[in-house]
Amino acid sequence: MQHFDTIIIGGGHNGLVCANYLGKAGQKVLLIEASKKLGGLAATREFYPGFRASVAHAINQFPEKIVLDLNLTKFGYKQSSRSMKNIGLDLEGNHVFVTQDGLSGVSDKEVRQYDLYIASLKRFAKALQPFWMKKMPAISGNTIAEILTFIQIGLKLKLLGKKDMRELLRVVSLPARDLMDENFDSDLLKATLSWDALVGSTQAPRSPNNSILTLLYRMAGNHHGHYMLPEGGVQSLIDALTDAAKSVGVEIRCDSPVKKISIKADKNGVKAEGVILDGGEEIRGDRVISALDPKQTFINLVGAEHLEIEFLNRINRLRTDGYVAKLHLALSDIPSFTGIETLDDRFIIAPTMDTIEFAWDDAKYGQCPENPVIEIVIPSLNNPALSPEGGHVLSANIMYIPYRKKGGWSEESKAHLVKKLLNTLNQYSPGLSEKVIHAELLTPVDLEKDWRVTGGHWHHTELALDQMLMMRPTYEAAQYQTPVDDLYICGAGCHPGGGLMGAAGFNAAKVILT
Amino acid sequence: MTTDIKFADERLKLSPFHDRQAALNLRDSWSVWNGYKFAEYYYDSEYEYFCVRNTCGTYDICPMQKYLIEGDAAEAMLNRMVTRDITKLKENRVTYVCWCTNEGRMIDDGTIFKLGPKKFMLTCGSPSLAWLRKANFGFDAVEIKDVTDTLAALSFQGPTTFSVLKEMGLEGIEDLKPFQIGYYDFAGTELMISRTGFTGDLGYELWIENDNALELWDTLYEIGENYGIQPYGEAATNMARLEAGFIMPYMEFNEALKTVHYQHDQTPFELNLGWLVDFNKPLFNGRKALLLDKKNGPKYTLTKLDIEGNKPAEGSYIYGDKKCSLEIGYVTSAMWSPAVKANIAMAMIKTEHLHGEIWAEIYYEKELRQYDKVARCSIKEKPFWAPTRARMTPPEHY
Ligand SMILES: Cc1cc2nc3c(=O)[nH]c(=O)nc-3n(C[C@H](O)[C@H](O)[C@H](O)COP(=O)(O)OP(=O)(O)OC[C@H]3O[C@@H](n4cnc5c(N)ncnc54)[C@H](O)[C@@H]3O)c2cc1C
Repeated sequence: MQHFDTIIIGGGHNGLVCANYLGKAGQKVLLIEASKKLGGLAATREFYPGFRASVAHAINQFPEKIVLDLNLTKFGYKQSSRSMKNIGLDLEGNHVFVTQDGLSGVSDKEVRQYDLYIASLKRFAKALQPFWMKKMPAISGNTIAEILTFIQIGLKLKLLGKKDMRELLRVVSLPARDLMDENFDSDLLKATLSWDALVGSTQAPRSPNNSILTLLYRMAGNHHGHYMLPEGGVQSLIDALTDAAKSVGVEIRCDSPVKKISIKADKNGVKAEGVILDGGEEIRGDRVISALDPKQTFINLVGAEHLEIEFLNRINRLRTDGYVAKLHLALSDIPSFTGIETLDDRFIIAPTMDTIEFAWDDAKYGQCPENPVIEIVIPSLNNPALSPEGGHVLSANIMYIPYRKKGGWSEESKAHLVKKLLNTLNQYSPGLSEKVIHAELLTPVDLEKDWRVTGGHWHHTELALDQMLMMRPTYEAAQYQTPVDDLYICGAGCHPGGGLMGAAGFNAAKVILT
Repeated sequence: MTTDIKFADERLKLSPFHDRQAALNLRDSWSVWNGYKFAEYYYDSEYEYFCVRNTCGTYDICPMQKYLIEGDAAEAMLNRMVTRDITKLKENRVTYVCWCTNEGRMIDDGTIFKLGPKKFMLTCGSPSLAWLRKANFGFDAVEIKDVTDTLAALSFQGPTTFSVLKEMGLEGIEDLKPFQIGYYDFAGTELMISRTGFTGDLGYELWIENDNALELWDTLYEIGENYGIQPYGEAATNMARLEAGFIMPYMEFNEALKTVHYQHDQTPFELNLGWLVDFNKPLFNGRKALLLDKKNGPKYTLTKLDIEGNKPAEGSYIYGDKKCSLEIGYVTSAMWSPAVKANIAMAMIKTEHLHGEIWAEIYYEKELRQYDKVARCSIKEKPFWAPTRARMTPPEHY
């Protein structure tokens, strides 16, 4: 039987980042992935002959530190200096353009107000910076290092000054709607700006909780929340991480779903000692790290008999229902949007915050929204390899599409939704339908099935105040260690959460190496 | 459901034995247990206690919670819940168990009956279905059924119990060993009997479907008449169990799930139930916390005391010196024990003071005058009352 220092389950970007750091530190690492390709939700795959796409279609917060530490540029990762505009689409062509440098398409008053608004959000995002690339302190029994983290966070906040700190504490849990209403007049602008506070969550503009904190979280990247596509697209990040991992000796096995984490249970307690694959093959390691979502990890791979009652019930009660569906269109030709010249940006179809709110209202009662709200990227512009010559790929996030649809999902209900989506898209991009060769709709249920993510959730588990920071995914597992000795977790369900950030993988590796 | 009875839902449930018990409850002294009307005593608690110790008595345990737990993973599920290793429990045997929160605080104690390879019955003092469901999450195909309201149960305790059952014609009852379960033909159905109880004496618990409960009662009382049978209530039980060294909820321990204040509940080590905690088991709820509790030593230890004099030390503080300057604990239950002829008590005493002097400050009243005295206590390791007849198989015949 083969033996490794560390076995990592799940070759999503977090598993890859973690594998890299451990391999770099000299560990003998095995990375096991269920599907044929690495990358998880960021993997690029063919959805129609000749047409390819990844579920996560753009990057906004992948840390410079990881790029440098792992020398990813050497492995072909080229971050783009150009950030994508967020463009709020308007039926009449009066679009709103949000760029790194400010706004256009709105009144001068809004432009000036935006500068103030974004400046303060940037200060807040900066103050929160130490939160993300750090293990969160446990709620009790802290080590000196953990106490220092508390102090550091406190200090950063203090450095904001009294006024900013008060304002930060006020806005972090503010409904997005209130913050937008306080600052702006234009409905389209408000809806566009609140998109990144909401996408991937079970929150709508009027929901109090942490949508602004999520927005600030997404502003942690180089482009202050603006998305970008590296040369070669999302795929290039996964490729670079893969090659870097191989270069430090990480062994990679795809197409090998793990069935169980093997547990050594004796009078010394329970500890992970390896994995058992679907076919029954057993592989041993000194430690096991799971980059899967917490429910998969604990309920399915570890099992109730190895975990205490309250812990497992807390895992079970995690909110994991996804509300984002993915639409991939194989297009015969480049689409056009009324009044838009360049297409390598990010388009948002959400005319007002009420449209977003009502879409959520439908979804929370298990219905597909009457008027879905949509985020569009055309990744084939940046990476022509995604489509045959002349063709293009349109990639869209659709909110809010319920995991638990009333009556369940069927081919008919999916076809019905696709039709509705094409109708909506056609209004903004006349003639689009004629260019569609094939449409693939991935509901949260499809994402769960094919990507093995419980609920098909963007962040593996809802990123909300009660499931954040030292509560993520739940206490006793919030420092990447778990109640099972030698078992660690490092997926998006850990602090700081999902999105292509790699921070969970980075933090977990750090815990193991120190 | 519509009914003419006012406040029908608020009224106490009546046990299947109620009609007979009501007829014998000369003092109309009722209390409540888990929503059931339930006798505090029938005639006189001391008299009933003496029946239990010298002849025999019946105690209605219908209100006790009874759960059937069945399925492939039933054993694994229970084994992870309780601190003891029940994989060692043989079929048709009963074992005493306790279970804890993951902080190692005791939720409840009870007994597990192994009824078949994949079938168990758990009995306990308080409703536990919610906890059982939590404990069951993650285990496939385990069915949990609350049979409290359908399975009648009567505790039958005292030295002459065996003779009564024998005379009833229960074939092979003489072979039933302590903690064993047997099945007997009775009135055309099956009567399950376990040689268990809460009195520390010879005794049995009888389990039968509600429909046959009264017939069982009538037979027992017909034959038992010559053997001094008498129903006994909560008060006599409390005396007998203290002599036997058994703990009682809300006296010795607080159920952890109902405790508001931090650590106002107890760990098994504090309750001197360390023997129930099997660390050879790789995992059970509370294991990590209990390892720590064992290593650090419990803050308090439940201790059996023999106290000078004859004044029960009810509610007494315990001191490490006669001057009562060093408070080291408190009494949880106390009585003058007629069977052992001693002034006995259980007390929670700070573990670090167990080896020094122990004094109880006893308050008592005589004709409206208050007195107090300080009495020397000595620790008893064994149960106050543990007659050999309780363990004999076959038991003595009267
Ligand atoms: C619809 C949608 C759109 C998104 N869009 C964006 C976006 O544009 N930009 C962005 O930054 N983020 C986006 N996200 C979020 C982001 O994709 C995820 O948060 C992130 O990819 C999670 O990475 P991970 O490595 O933690 O987990 P995953 O990517 O989920 O990786 C887990 C891996 O484990 C594997 N696995 C599962 N079970 C087993 C098993 N039993 N044995 C072996 N392997 C197993 C899976 O196959 C998978 O490869 C989106 C998410 C969704 C759902």
